[in-house]
Amino acid sequence: MLELILISTLNGMLFGMLLFLMASGLTLIFSMMGVLNFAHASFYMLGAFFGFQISRYVGFWPALVLAPVVVGVIGALVERYGLRNVHRHGHVAELLFTFGLAFVIEEIVQMVWGKAPVDYRVPALLDFTAFTVFSTNYPAYKLFMLLISIAIFIALLAVLTRTRVGLIIQAALTHPNMVAMLGHNVPRVFMLVFGSGCALAAVAGVIAGPALVTQANMAGLLGPILFVVVVVGGLGSLAGAFAASLLIGLIQTFAVSVNASLADLLGTFGLVLDTRSSLSELSNVTVAQIAPVIPYLLLVLILILRPTGLFGTRDT
Amino acid sequence: MTQIAETAGMATPARDRFAMLRRSGIWIVAILLFAGLPLVFRSGSALTMLSLMGIMIIFALSYNMLLGQTGMLSFGHAVYYGLGAFFVVHAMNAIIRARYPIPLPVVPLVGGIAGLVFAIIFGSVSTRRGGTAFAMISLGLAELVASSSLILRGFFGGEEGITTNRTRLFRILDINFGAQIQVYYLIAAWCIVCMIAMYALTRTPFGRMCNAVRENPERVEFIGYSPTIVRFIAFCLSGLFAGVAGGLAAINFEIVNASYVGVQQSGVVLLAAYIGGIGHFVGPVLGAILVTYLQIMLSDVTEIWQLYFGLMFIAVVMFAPGGLAGLLLMHAPLLRARVLHRLAGPYLLLLAAALIAAAGAILVIELGHHLMAKASDGSVMRMFGVSFDTASVSPWLIAATLVAAGALLTRIVWPIATQAWNDAIAAARTGARS
Repeated sequence: MLELILISTLNGMLFGMLLFLMASGLTLIFSMMGVLNFAHASFYMLGAFFGFQISRYVGFWPALVLAPVVVGVIGALVERYGLRNVHRHGHVAELLFTFGLAFVIEEIVQMVWGKAPVDYRVPALLDFTAFTVFSTNYPAYKLFMLLISIAIFIALLAVLTRTRVGLIIQAALTHPNMVAMLGHNVPRVFMLVFGSGCALAAVAGVIAGPALVTQANMAGLLGPILFVVVVVGGLGSLAGAFAASLLIGLIQTFAVSVNASLADLLGTFGLVLDTRSSLSELSNVTVAQIAPVIPYLLLVLILILRPTGLFGTRDT
Repeated sequence: MTQIAETAGMATPARDRFAMLRRSGIWIVAILLFAGLPLVFRSGSALTMLSLMGIMIIFALSYNMLLGQTGMLSFGHAVYYGLGAFFVVHAMNAIIRARYPIPLPVVPLVGGIAGLVFAIIFGSVSTRRGGTAFAMISLGLAELVASSSLILRGFFGGEEGITTNRTRLFRILDINFGAQIQVYYLIAAWCIVCMIAMYALTRTPFGRMCNAVRENPERVEFIGYSPTIVRFIAFCLSGLFAGVAGGLAAINFEIVNASYVGVQQSGVVLLAAYIGGIGHFVGPVLGAILVTYLQIMLSDVTEIWQLYFGLMFIAVVMFAPGGLAGLLLMHAPLLRARVLHRLAGPYLLLLAAALIAAAGAILVIELGHHLMAKASDGSVMRMFGVSFDTASVSPWLIAATLVAAGALLTRIVWPIATQAWNDAIAAARTGARS
C-alpha cells in the first residue's frame, strides 16, 4: 500500500509537472491575447515528433534543444501571419482558427509519420533504474523528466519576476496600451510569448515522447485535459494552473491504481444489487475505469461550485 | 443577420401580403426541391447522400441557433445528436419488442425529447457564462459523455454499437421504410418541418433576444432580460433539434455507436455551419450540403481529404468569416441593381489565379503524401491525369512554381477585383437613389 502511494505520488507529480509545462504557456497566451489556443496540445505533439526525428540524426540531447526551438519558431509564425490577421474578426474567430490549426496539424502528422506509434526510445544514457522501492523499479528517465520540468518551472518563474522582459510581459498582460505608449513593441511581445509558449509545450513533448506513446492522436488525448487544467485553475491564473496541473496529475494517477467499484463500497455495508438491474452496470464500474472521466467531472463540479476556477479572479 | 433585420421592418398591409407570399414562396420551392431531387438523382448512392444532407441540414441549423444566433461557440454539440440517436435506437427496439402501435415517422420525436432533456441538464451547468468559458465547458462535457460512452457498454453498446431494424415497426398504409427512397422522404419531411420551425424561431421576440445576447449581453441585462436564461433556452431548443437529427440518423443507418457522441462529430457540425456562414439563416444549409458532399466525394478521390477540409476551414476563418452565404449574399444588392455582370471579368481572373495556386498547393500535398505514406508503392504517382515521379526534383519544382505564380497573380488581380467591387457597389447605390 505504501509502495503504491509512493510510486503513484511520484508519477502523479511527474504527470502534473508535464501538464504544467503546457498549461503555463497556454495560460500566458490566454491572459495576454484572450485567445485559448486550441492547438496548444498540437504543438506538444509536434515537439514529440520533431524530437523523435531529430534524435534519429543527431541524438537525443541536441533534439531536446532543437525541437522546441523549431516548434517555437513555427508558433511565432502562426501568431504573426495567422492569428494576428484573424484578430480583427474577434475572439470566436481566433478560437476557431486555432481549432482548424489543431485539425490540420494532426492530419499533417498523420500524413508524415503515419497513424501507428513511432519508435521513440529513452536515450541510452538514462536507460537504467534509478532506485528500487520495495519491489518497484523506478526508471531514471522519469526522474530526469521530473527534474527538467521543475528546472523549467523555476526558470520561468525567474524570467517572469526577475528580468526586464518578464516585467514587460507582466505589464503587457494588464496594460497593453500603456506598455505600447512607453515605446515597447507590444505585438512583438505577443509573438514572442506565443512562440515561447509553444516551445514550452514542445519541451514537454520531447521529454514525454519516449515515456508515453508518440502517436498522431496524442494531441487529441491530452488537449481536452489541458483545457480542464486551465479552467479548473482559473482562466489566466498561472498559480491556479500550477495547482490544477498537480491536482489533476495526482488524481488521475491515483485513480488508475484503485480497483474498487461502487458495488464494492455498497458490499462493505452489506448491500448487494441485483445483477440484472441497469444500476448494476453503473455500480460495477471501477474507479480505474472512470479515471479518464474524472478530470471532466472535476471541471463540472468546479464550475458549479466556483465558476471562476480555483485561483481565478476574472469572470470571462 | 442584417438581411433578416431589414426585411423585418414594419411594412404596409399590401406590401406585407406580398412579402408573406414571397417568404412562403421560398418554402414552397424548398419543398418542391426536396420532393423532386430523387427524380433527378436516381442512383442509390445519390439517394443516400441526399438523406445524409437532410440530416446534416437539421444538425447544422440547430448548431447555428447557438453559434450564429446566440453567439455561443460549442465544441460538444454532437452530445445531443448522439444521445438522441441512442434513445431512438433503444426506443425502436422497445417498440418492436412490445409491439406498440407507434409508427416510424414519429420516432425521431423521441430523439428530440432526449436531446432536450440532456440539454436542460447540461445547459443548466454550462450556459451561466458565454464566450470562451462556455466553449471550454462544452468541450469538457463532450469529453465526459464521449468517455462515458466507452464505459457504459450496456447503453452505448461498446465498440460495435447498437443495431435496430426500422422495417419491423407498426406500419401505416403498408409503408415499411425498407427502401432508401422512403427513408429519404421521411428525412425530407422532418427536415422541412425543422427548417420552418427554426426559421420561425428567429422571427420571434425570443429569437431577437438571442441576437441581442450575441451582440451585447451587458445591454440585454440593462433592458431587464437575463442573458443566462436566454442562452439556456436557446441551448435547450438547439439540443431538441440536434436530437431529432440524431434520431433520423439512427433510422437511416439502423446502427448507432460511440462515434455519434464523439468530439469528431462535434467538429464536423462546427465546420459545416461555419463554412456555410453563420451570419445568415441559409448559411448552415449550404454548409451542410457542401460538407456532406465533400465528405463523400473527397474521400473517394484522396486519402487525406480531412487535411483539405481543415485547410478550407482555416481559409474561411481567415479570409471569408461570413462563410459561403456571406460571400453570396454580399452580391445581392448588385444583382438587384443589375450591375453584377460588371464583376464577371475581374472575378474570372481572380478565380484563375486562385486555381493556379490551389493546384500547386494540392500537388505539393499529394506529392508529400505519396512520398511519405506510400513509399512502398514506388515513387511514381498519377494526378490530374499526369504521372509524377515523387523522388525526382522536377514535380516539386513545378508545384512550387505553380504556388508562387498563383500567389503572385492573386496579388496582382486582387486590387483589380476590389476596385471593380467598389465601383459596382457605388453604381448600385447611386442607381438605387435615382
